[in-house]
Amino acid sequence: MEVDRARDYIYADTELDQVEGQVIEEVKANSQEVIPDPDQWLDEELEQNILLTTVDWVINWGRRSSPWVSLCFPACCAFEFIAAMGPRFDISRFGMEILRASPRQADLMITAGTLTWKMAPNIRRIYNQMAEPKWVIAMGACAISGGIFRSSYNVVPGYNHIIPVDVYVPGCPPRPEGLIYGIQMLQKKIAQRRNFAQKG
Amino acid sequence: MTIALSGKEVAAKLEQQFPTSIIESSEDSFLVKSESLFDIISFLKTTPELEFNYLSCITAVDYLDYFEVVYFLTSMERNHSLVVKTRCYGRENLVVPSIVSLYEAANPQEREIYDLMGISFEGHPNMKRIFLWEGFQGHPLRKDYL
Repeated sequence: MEVDRARDYIYADTELDQVEGQVIEEVKANSQEVIPDPDQWLDEELEQNILLTTVDWVINWGRRSSPWVSLCFPACCAFEFIAAMGPRFDISRFGMEILRASPRQADLMITAGTLTWKMAPNIRRIYNQMAEPKWVIAMGACAISGGIFRSSYNVVPGYNHIIPVDVYVPGCPPRPEGLIYGIQMLQKKIAQRRNFAQKG
Repeated sequence: MTIALSGKEVAAKLEQQFPTSIIESSEDSFLVKSESLFDIISFLKTTPELEFNYLSCITAVDYLDYFEVVYFLTSMERNHSLVVKTRCYGRENLVVPSIVSLYEAANPQEREIYDLMGISFEGHPNMKRIFLWEGFQGHPLRKDYL
């Protein structure tokens, strides 16, 4: 490109101003129409992200998704429960990997084992110390009916003599799959719970 | 492996010390009078060549006519074991001397026998029920319970 000697500079100020003015004119010419607000995508996204629900449902969802278990493992069903706690069956998938040594922090009592009459007041005391709402899963034949020890002089024929039971899991002992099925049944039961009185 | 001593041989050794206390003896065990039970077990514990310093177990058997209390003694030093039995007759007010002062392990086991069989041990520091509660009627491991 040949440089015009008459110019003092390669780019004259006036020329730059003219280029700038052209750009502005062009932009102005193309900008007479209003650009629509970027809200058309909202319809789609709203459908994906806003849930309409009830307070009941949310509370029940929170409660059923993390039932913490209180310690009540008097006998051999505890080993199947330990297996269910372990990595193979892993009931932490249900938010219940924490075993609460304090009943005040627990929601769920899994009664894994034979109950003797001498132990029964302590089980009722642990149950009474748990905060509402609370649930009980009777795990195994002994917890349901006393099992093979039913006619013994010192065995409670079923935990439902001592505390109210929500879900019964049969077996001697039940396999961890059975216990997990029982936990899922309890979750369904919690989901149907009505926390507030119906109006009218 | 722990060697089970012959009851006859040990009973023969005890004859000089306790001439009238041993009622009968067999290969497995020997039977002593309950009055001299404490002295005999004390002797078995302290005599150097016997040295039964460990009480494995105490149990009781209901033969309906009488109850038999069975002591399983072991020597950790000599690696041998022995079974001593004693009897008490009748169904009520059964008394056997306690050996808690010799073996601390006898404490819960004598309480268990008292609880389930109804044999009380004289000299036990805490003679009460251990598995069942106060006020339980009867002794459930007896043959005539129910």
